[in-house]
Order: sequence, then C-alpha cells, then structure tokens
Amino acid sequence: MSNLQIMSLSPLIFYLLAALLVLAALMVVFQRNVVHSAMALVAALFLTAILFFTLHAPMVGVLQVLVYAGAIMVLFLFVIMFLNPSALEERRTVWWGCGAVAAMLLAAALIAVTSAGNALENFMIAGEPFGSPEMLAQSLFTDFVLPFEIASVLLLVAIVGAVVLAKREG
Amino acid sequence: MAAISLHHYLVLSAIVFSIGVIGVLIRRNLIVNLMSIELMLNAVNLTFIAFSHTLDSMAGQVMVFFVMAVAAAEAVIGLAIIIAVFRHRQSLDPQEMQLLKW
Repeated sequence: MSNLQIMSLSPLIFYLLAALLVLAALMVVFQRNVVHSAMALVAALFLTAILFFTLHAPMVGVLQVLVYAGAIMVLFLFVIMFLNPSALEERRTVWWGCGAVAAMLLAAALIAVTSAGNALENFMIAGEPFGSPEMLAQSLFTDFVLPFEIASVLLLVAIVGAVVLAKREG
Repeated sequence: MAAISLHHYLVLSAIVFSIGVIGVLIRRNLIVNLMSIELMLNAVNLTFIAFSHTLDSMAGQVMVFFVMAVAAAEAVIGLAIIIAVFRHRQSLDPQEMQLLKW
C-alpha cells in the first residue's frame, strides 16, 4: 500500500500551513482595522495557494495568487482607501455571542460529517502529471466549453454592472 | 504523526469556512463581510481541490476555476454596490440599511 502514498507533503508542513491559515482567517475576522483585515486575507489566500500546490494543483495555485491575492485584493484595498471608513464599529456582545455559537455549531457539524465516511481511505492516488496546465486546459476546453463561455459572459456583465453602479449620478 | 489524509484537508476547510461565517454574522462592516465571503469561497475551493486529488478527476480543478471567475464578478459588483451605498448613507454599517424593513 505504500505506493498509494505518493503525497510528498510531510505532516509537519501541513500542520504549520494549517495553523497559519487558521490564524490568518481569524485575523481577517477579528482585526478592527479594515486594512489589516485585507492584509490578513492576502496572507490566507497565499497559504491556500500553497496548499493547492501540495495537492498537485499548480495551475490553480498560480491562478489563486494572480487573480485572488493579486487582482481582487488590489480592488478591495482600492475601495477601502477610496471610502476611507475611519470610524471603528462598536462591538455588540449579543451579536458576538450568537455568531460565535452558530459558527461553533456549524464547525462541529461540518467536521462530524466530513469525518464520518470511511470510503476515502485510499487518499493520494494521483500521479505526477495530474493537475498540470495541459490537463486543466484539456478538460476546460473539451468537457467544460459551455460553462467557460458562460463565465466569460458573466465577467463582461460584471464589468458593465460595476461601471453603471459606481458611476456618479447626474 | 500519521500521514496527511483527505480528512485533514476537509477539517481545515470546515474550520476556515466557519471562521468566514463568524465574520459575516458578527462584523458590522460591509467590506469585512465581503472579505469573509471570499474566505468562505476559498475554503470551498480547498475542498474541491482535495476531492479532485483524491478522486483523480480534473473536474474539481475546473470547478475551482469557475468559482474564481464568479468570485471575481461577485467582488466587483459587491464593491460597486458598497460604493453606491456609501455615497447615499456615508456609512458601511449593514444595520443602517433597513429601508425595506417593515
């Protein structure tokens, strides 16, 4: 069974990445300064990209860094600077309690569900060429051509919609 | 330490998703809410990639590609709406946007 474990990732590195990712996610939510939240989100997206690389998905990892951590976060930071929301929000303990309890329940349920099945014992069966840009492009332009074109139309609609929405009236 | 399995990735993803839910529920700043939604989408992407690797199928990676495209569109439209709302109300507090509340 040892040849099924092609995973080159050592547990230590995974736990380090996971701890950093959870820490960055917590900082996104609990930082009171919006710019600090955005910076923590950049860190979280980078760490997720590294996790994608550990799962033999280099193309998606590169796209994650370019599109998410690059383009989308620049947009977020631009809007934060543009609006300059200086006032810090005051805390409401009722909401914090309710939100924390709800999220704990959700996390417990998700972890219970994902740990329930035992049909996925043979993990990491993927070979070396799996996840290469060629394979991604192959399935993108054969099995998923129509969704691909629809996604491009969606992006066009988003561009036009953003210009219309953010345009100054009058 | 045991070898890393699919469960590790799924549990990590569940934790990050729940943190995103906390952000949407308790923060009262529209930009932070939007960033928490991005965090949740990211956790789901991690699940897709982990399953794609386990099941040796490229469909998961293609789906992550589409999720990224939709997330980009969502962020653009969301931020445009935030700018439009801020012009009218001079505030980013979602609690103040209750014009339709009965």
